[in-house]
Amino acid sequence: MQPGALSKALKSGAIWGFIVLELIFFSVAGEFLSLSDKAFMNWENMLLLLKQSAPIGIIAMGMTMVMVNGNIDLSVGATFAIAAIVLLDSMTWPIFAGLGDWVIPVAWLLALLVGTALGALNGLIVWKTGVDAFIVTLGSMLGYRGVVFMFNGENPTSHLNWTLVDFAEAEFLGLATASWFLLAVTLVIWFLTKHTVHGRNAYAIGDNRDAAVNAGIRVGPHMMINFAIIGFLAALSAVVFYSESGSVNPNDGQLYELWVITAVVLGGTKITGGAGSVIGTFGGVIAIQLLRKGLGHIGADTSTVNLVIGCILIAVLFLDRQLNVKGKEELKV
Amino acid sequence: MTDPVLRLEGIVKTFPGVRALDGVSFSVLPGEVHALMGENGAGKSTLMKVLGGIYQPDGGEIVMGGETVVMSGPLEAKSKGIVFIHQELSLAEELSVAENIYLGELPRKSFGRVDWARLAEQTNTILKKLNVGFDAMTRVGDLSIANQQMVEIARALTVDAKAVIFDEPTASLTDAEKVVLFEVIADLQKDGVGIIYISHRMEEIFKITDRISVLRDGQYQGTVETTGTDEETVTQMMIGRKLDLSRNAAHHELGAVALEVRGLSCGDLYRDVSFTVRRGEVVGFYGLVGAGRTEIAETLFGLRVPSAGQILLDGEEVHIHSPADAIGKGISLVPEDRKGQGLVLGMNCRDNMTLPQVDDLRAGPFMAEGAEVAIFDQYRDRLDIRTPGWRQKVGNLSGGNQQKIVIGKWLSMHPNVLIVDEPTRGIDVGSKSEIHKLLRELAAQGYAVIVISSEMPEVLHVSDRIIAMYSGRIMRTFTSDEVTEDSLIQAISGLGGDREA
Repeated sequence: MQPGALSKALKSGAIWGFIVLELIFFSVAGEFLSLSDKAFMNWENMLLLLKQSAPIGIIAMGMTMVMVNGNIDLSVGATFAIAAIVLLDSMTWPIFAGLGDWVIPVAWLLALLVGTALGALNGLIVWKTGVDAFIVTLGSMLGYRGVVFMFNGENPTSHLNWTLVDFAEAEFLGLATASWFLLAVTLVIWFLTKHTVHGRNAYAIGDNRDAAVNAGIRVGPHMMINFAIIGFLAALSAVVFYSESGSVNPNDGQLYELWVITAVVLGGTKITGGAGSVIGTFGGVIAIQLLRKGLGHIGADTSTVNLVIGCILIAVLFLDRQLNVKGKEELKV
Repeated sequence: MTDPVLRLEGIVKTFPGVRALDGVSFSVLPGEVHALMGENGAGKSTLMKVLGGIYQPDGGEIVMGGETVVMSGPLEAKSKGIVFIHQELSLAEELSVAENIYLGELPRKSFGRVDWARLAEQTNTILKKLNVGFDAMTRVGDLSIANQQMVEIARALTVDAKAVIFDEPTASLTDAEKVVLFEVIADLQKDGVGIIYISHRMEEIFKITDRISVLRDGQYQGTVETTGTDEETVTQMMIGRKLDLSRNAAHHELGAVALEVRGLSCGDLYRDVSFTVRRGEVVGFYGLVGAGRTEIAETLFGLRVPSAGQILLDGEEVHIHSPADAIGKGISLVPEDRKGQGLVLGMNCRDNMTLPQVDDLRAGPFMAEGAEVAIFDQYRDRLDIRTPGWRQKVGNLSGGNQQKIVIGKWLSMHPNVLIVDEPTRGIDVGSKSEIHKLLRELAAQGYAVIVISSEMPEVLHVSDRIIAMYSGRIMRTFTSDEVTEDSLIQAISGLGGDREA
């Protein structure tokens, strides 16, 4: 084996190893601690897990692109809420009254457009002002959330369309609609990152921005496209989720950005950009959902779950750092 | 006579206080390898930045194919057929070799897809020409530095280049790889490409170049035919200044050995380095960038862990684990990058000066402001630091005064061994000689001083002994009486000198 091959294999396979570990742990622990007598690792439970991963997972795919590009987007939770409101509220607008059930695709389209536009706005500001993406999206996170509250105050926005609910609750080949969306988005973004010029340039920009600029890559437009993509996916996530639930609270989607970033980082994407993969992110999303579900299964409450996930995140990054040390001669910091 | 592919006409570039380029003119003919030589700081890299559009010249013009051109940026230079092979690697480590070579110009299929097949094919053709042992899909981060340099060189072969500039391309290449590089250069030559070759290595220059142009202190010294000249003449042109800075003749009473290093190594950075420094002595470390001088200083200051060897302070072996440890043992380092590593530019003079000992300057839970000011005043007078007062922000001082603040900062820690790395980089001539005088005085007061410098007049002027380094090894140690410019330049170029290490 070549030197470094072991640590590399550890790095790329780590998230899947972690998932297997979780499965074993919760299956065994579940035997003794669980309040229900159902096994943790049954097929139905796993399918449900995939479906529950969808809202975070769909956004995480966009976050992978943005982070590989060397940026970050904190506003996805707020964009998610705005898109949800647009989706549910637009179905009640008088101008669409004559459309019948055809209002559904129109509402979908509107929500997706709004999400894409909000994301693109972030990207445009980052591009044109040169302000760090962290600050720009921190601002838009607050701003977009403000828009959500301006719309309907503290009250929820609700609209149930039974055709829509039927579609959202439908299953195709055993998988729920939300699961299909998650898988499709994963596949598309995987293709985008691995096989398009835009995707490869995004990696180059995140990896060595000076080199990219010197090679004539236009950094700004690439960043804006990625922000538009994550805006679109945040809206898509809302569309998939609220088609089923039909009611959105103004606080919905809060902390989503942090869950999403946690999943992406667990999946091996470097926070400084240039490295990361959609497949790893998929693993990260599943690992987090498994942890939440598993801890619930053995009777832990939400606060314990957060504590455990926080510890694991730091442990993973520490491990990653250890694996990346370039040798004993490296300059100490 | 054929027209030059590239002609520079009276290029002038000034920075505040420095005339970096002063009327530089030279031309590159098609199919010619044109060496550009000069000491560190002579203006070679500034000239290349002007050519690459990173700096705009303050005067003069660039002529290509009979037309005056303005280089507005790196892109423009590239599109005009000027390709740079940088010494510092500008590669994206996580991407494949092919993607790096065609960075910014990936071949496309429909829907913006990357045409991997074409990319791999084109890249492998180039790599085959370079005769390297890796293929198009290897991750660049997995390659050795030498192979990464080959990737950088491969970029020159992707476009229809008119002029290719190699900046120290062989600094990290092995002999076998050099042969390949020279073949690549010969091929480019055959295609009528003009090549500018920047190197310090005389043997390469005389092997592959047709003409040699020399810069000194930003001034053009002339161009000579390689076949009609020899190393001595070129060396003379490079350093030929009348050394008005007289050689260091006065020797102080030397005290006991303060620092001794035996067989110190740190991986590939430097190997088997041994030397001693006595109290009252200034030892100069001279060598090219990358020869391992700074790394030795960093090891002595506890920033790197040596892989072998001993460090002895006052005859006792010590292990230095961290900068705090080094300071405690009486070693201070004035770092190379004054603004980045030596100072907090936004803080005032006093706070910068007392930074390393601020933990000890307390009155109960509060800062002992009075004690701080007292320390500042003491070293301001002693080092003749010119500032309106201690409240002045360090960022607003001149380079010379900034450097004095850094030196004062470490002197206030009462060191035995003072290491100064490039003490006069970016400092104007007047302040330079002041700093030099200061270093001599400090030695006279009984400090052991190590000066690391890339400027020959500087090491000649301040040092009692000069240690010449070449690629991680000590080539030779000179006393100030026996050293000559020629022998020194030969030693740091790996040209043997009088003794092979």
